[in-house]
Amino acid sequence: MSTPTRTPTGAPAHLTGPGSGGVGDSAQRPDGVLKVRGEFAYGSDLWMEDMLWGVTLRSPHPYARVLAIDTSAATQLPGVHAVLTSEDVPGEKVYGLELADQPVLAVDVVRYQGEPVALVAADHPDTARRAAALIRVDYEVWEPVTDARTALGHPATDAVHESDAEVTELSRESAHLHPEGNLVRHLKVRTGDPQPTADVVVVGEYEVGMQDQAFLGPESGLAVPADDGGVELYVATQWLHVDQRQICSALGLPPEQVRLTLAGVGGAFGGREDLSMHVHACLLALRTGKPVKMSYNREESFFGHVHRHPATMRYEHGATRDGQLVYVKASIWFDGGAYASSTPAVVGNGGTMGIGPYVVPNVHVDCYGAYTNNPPCGAMRGFGSVQTAFAYESQMDALAAELGMDPVELRCRNAMEQGSATPTGQVIDSPAPVAELLRRLEAMPLPAEADGEVDLRDMPGGVSNTTHGEGVRRGVGYAVAYKNVAFSEGYDDYSTARVRLEVVGGEPTATVHTAAAEVGQGLVTVEQQITRTELGVEQVTVHPKDTTVGSAGSTSASRQTYVTGGAVKAACEAVRGQLLARAERLVGRSVPDLRLAGGQVVSDAEEIAVPLADLLGNEAVEETVQWRHRPTEAIDPETGQGFAHVQYAFSAHRAVVDVDTELGLVKVVEMACTQDVGKAINPQAVIGQIQGGTAQGLGLAVMEEILIRDGKVVNPSFTDYLIPTILDMPPMRVEVLEYADPHAPYGLRGVGEAPNISSGPAVLAAIRAATGLPLARVPVRPEHLTGTS
Amino acid sequence: MEFLQPSTWAEALEAKAAHPDAVPIAGGTDVMVGINFGHLRPALLLDLTRVADLREWTTVAGAVRLGAGVSYARVITELGDRLPGLAMAARTIGSPQIRNRGTVGGNLATASPAGDAHPALLAADAVVEVASVRGSRRIPVTDFYTGVKRSAMDADELIAAVHVTPPSGPQQYSKIGTRNAMVIAVAAFGLALHPDRRTVGAALGSAAPTPRRAPAAEEFLAGELDAAGLWESRAELPAATARRFGELVAAASSPIDDVRGTAAYRRHALSVMARRALTWAWTDYRDESRGN
Ligand SMILES: Cc1cc2nc3c(=O)[nH]c(=O)nc-3n(C[C@H](O)[C@H](O)[C@H](O)COP(=O)(O)OP(=O)(O)OC[C@H]3O[C@@H](n4cnc5c(N)ncnc54)[C@H](O)[C@@H]3O)c2cc1C
Repeated sequence: MSTPTRTPTGAPAHLTGPGSGGVGDSAQRPDGVLKVRGEFAYGSDLWMEDMLWGVTLRSPHPYARVLAIDTSAATQLPGVHAVLTSEDVPGEKVYGLELADQPVLAVDVVRYQGEPVALVAADHPDTARRAAALIRVDYEVWEPVTDARTALGHPATDAVHESDAEVTELSRESAHLHPEGNLVRHLKVRTGDPQPTADVVVVGEYEVGMQDQAFLGPESGLAVPADDGGVELYVATQWLHVDQRQICSALGLPPEQVRLTLAGVGGAFGGREDLSMHVHACLLALRTGKPVKMSYNREESFFGHVHRHPATMRYEHGATRDGQLVYVKASIWFDGGAYASSTPAVVGNGGTMGIGPYVVPNVHVDCYGAYTNNPPCGAMRGFGSVQTAFAYESQMDALAAELGMDPVELRCRNAMEQGSATPTGQVIDSPAPVAELLRRLEAMPLPAEADGEVDLRDMPGGVSNTTHGEGVRRGVGYAVAYKNVAFSEGYDDYSTARVRLEVVGGEPTATVHTAAAEVGQGLVTVEQQITRTELGVEQVTVHPKDTTVGSAGSTSASRQTYVTGGAVKAACEAVRGQLLARAERLVGRSVPDLRLAGGQVVSDAEEIAVPLADLLGNEAVEETVQWRHRPTEAIDPETGQGFAHVQYAFSAHRAVVDVDTELGLVKVVEMACTQDVGKAINPQAVIGQIQGGTAQGLGLAVMEEILIRDGKVVNPSFTDYLIPTILDMPPMRVEVLEYADPHAPYGLRGVGEAPNISSGPAVLAAIRAATGLPLARVPVRPEHLTGTS
Repeated sequence: MEFLQPSTWAEALEAKAAHPDAVPIAGGTDVMVGINFGHLRPALLLDLTRVADLREWTTVAGAVRLGAGVSYARVITELGDRLPGLAMAARTIGSPQIRNRGTVGGNLATASPAGDAHPALLAADAVVEVASVRGSRRIPVTDFYTGVKRSAMDADELIAAVHVTPPSGPQQYSKIGTRNAMVIAVAAFGLALHPDRRTVGAALGSAAPTPRRAPAAEEFLAGELDAAGLWESRAELPAATARRFGELVAAASSPIDDVRGTAAYRRHALSVMARRALTWAWTDYRDESRGN
């Protein structure tokens, strides 16, 4: 479906077929065949003889005081082994990724619909569910705070019309959802003239709905009590060690007694960064002395993980008549829901990168994260940058229209490049080919207009037969975005890798052991590829991911290939150092051009070739390395200035969209993407990330939204939370650029998030182009296109 | 949960008579979802998939007798010519997997206002054949839907088949969903022109508590076609007629605002779908006479 990857010189790189299996090759995934055959064991497939099933009782109310919990009837049901409430949490009763503010089980107050209140373990899942229904909870129901601006005391309605919304007595009273108030973080970026003026000014208000990660493998895991009084947890997650830290705190156990192993992960996208059933299953296992499995069903999954922050954004762009940006002012409100989760970091991204990959001398950004009684929001692919990209790219189009200028030209005229300063005062010290990405998109041929015989599958509405061409208008839209890679703002971001080389059955075989979560993206393949390249061996085994090796950091922020890849490379280098030293000892002198290749230590100059099998004999060489990218720094709290981000990823999209303007139905005809990946470690996996990210961005633009009324989710199922099907996601044209980042291993750039950010705004722009409507909100619904909201 | 698996129609009817609470299961694409969501906790499942008769269709006195257990996939491949409206509706349903398992009988028994078979069956004047140990009876589909997910069936009855007369004129089916496949109807419209009877069938789905016909629209259009001699002349249909027809279809609805769409959108969409569907049907009708 997609064109092959292309390097900047246009040389095609092979995508498939047998290669070295090293860096730059589209090596086969070790888990690929199992997954395609349906034989891969996911977390929900975990099973042990004699295990119990754990079930969670959740609050039906978004905001209420818990007056009393009566578990007696549930406890008496035959088959029930344990019923637990917050009183049974032995350690800290609250946890959290960045701030510990979320109860393991509700303590006195519930702050969102679906908040866990009690747990049951029983010998059958149905028994457990029936027992949970027998638990009596008396609530005093309060009126929920459901708007981020109201929660922060800002006028709730749009600032454009300057209308002040009332802060009602009740919401004022309940306004403090947490002791320190409802503000999770306020980030300010201030640079240049605080009172700038410009020839042309464009103002807009935008809104982004709440997207869900919609991973297909629901939250699941199995906790097994251990003889030492500790617990083994097998769980589908994104960061074993941060889970371990929080579980230890809740259980009151030391890390040695809480051992985690990664279970098969069926997608993550940020939704598994926070704990779900982890502590719950451990509590039940420790209480009952039996293995306890918990696996959410689809509906519970919608309540069991955080979502993407909905955002309200007000932007003002000022430019000269010839299209030079003079200033950008922005106010961004993120609704963080009931608990902090990663809201502080999301605010960090939203604020620091909130005006897009453009050079702007005067910038004034306020970015807020608020507590409300909506579902908690946290990490999701694109992390704070997805929302702002809709706003700043809409603004660029509006400005282009105001100036009578081509939107791509306007973007290129203001595009960042290497050496540009970001609004946070950081000079970009690696390639930033923003203009080139756009120009390359522009140069791609446009898809043909439909003619002749109508194939309904190509029409808005598809085979539902709503148009044979009537009312259909085509639009083309462009968008470009950037995103930080890895952890920012001074976070000590590292990964740990252990690499062992030994001879197995006469073959030199490497084992690579990290705790980095494979969530479907293919990190296990990348680990093998790097090891093959660095050690010159073919056989590489990936050790199961667990906590017997040091932390790898999270599988998020597009960082694992960079950071864990860097750690694996460094560990391989240490192993190689040992091997070469051994070889030199063997030949009795130092040999400057010694290297590893084809399972041997070789020197071309001295025609040495020592098989590793001979060099190692029965011994193994093992090295464990902790590896860090260069440090970032905290930003100034008043100005937002500082070296906040270690690397940026850039991507651009062109969307071609047909809209049935009368029915408001949309068919995305083609998505084209250009992205700079520095170095494609696995080109096929890179294309996969670009296609997947594009689909997820398209989904947010036209259909994906968790709908909430008065704090309650009204569509917690795939019946009404729609994600794109194959008839919604078109074929893609992809061009991958490889401009090395000199600071990164192999010059690579994180890949996973950028295409998720630029795709949706391009779709939105194309719909605008087709309809002529301003469209200030995503997802765009048929109602918005037909004036029938 | 108990599980009964009759292998003949007589056994099935006896089982249903003996256990009126038994939940029949055909393709299971509604039943299993209900069980998974905990909406349905049947004490007894009555599996109808072993009853061979239900999976057959025959032609009786010129009409197709479609067994309740015939899948959508087979309606599309085997009956596209005889039951074009129903086949078009079937094509909009779910995914290939759902079309392989889901049945018209199951859709009828569920009687959801969003069921896609209904507008097509209503427009084509279908008749539902239900049976019990007491005997069988025929219910015009117009009388079949009695409320939200309620039908005229008695507790001891099963659906045997649905009878549909092959068309004397063109049929159309259109459905709005908020994505391009695998979606529940936000609004749907079925149309059948009956030149032999000089009547029109027009019906809507997902825009009222039950699937329903749009009698005022049907009468208006039939009257216009009659008055202008268009049935015979097959001349071009005045745009104003198509537009008015669409408005009358919309007026026949009584939609609500829900997660899938607003009432205002549903009305608007019905008027557009009805107008377009009529335009396509009329073009087909004109083309027929030219031997295309
Ligand atoms: C993913 C998915 C997508 C779907 N998409 C659509 C769609 O686009 N459009 C649509 O209309 N529907 C859709 N459905 C719903 C469903 O597929 C249809 O309603 C289908 O027609 C049900 O047929 P079935 O044979 O599977 O019924 P079952 O689930 O077996 O039964 C449905 C009901 O009919 C009863 N029943 C079955 N046979 C008989 C009989 N002979 N006599 C009496 N009662 C009987 C059952 O007791 C039950 O109440 C979808 C379902 C799923 C899971």
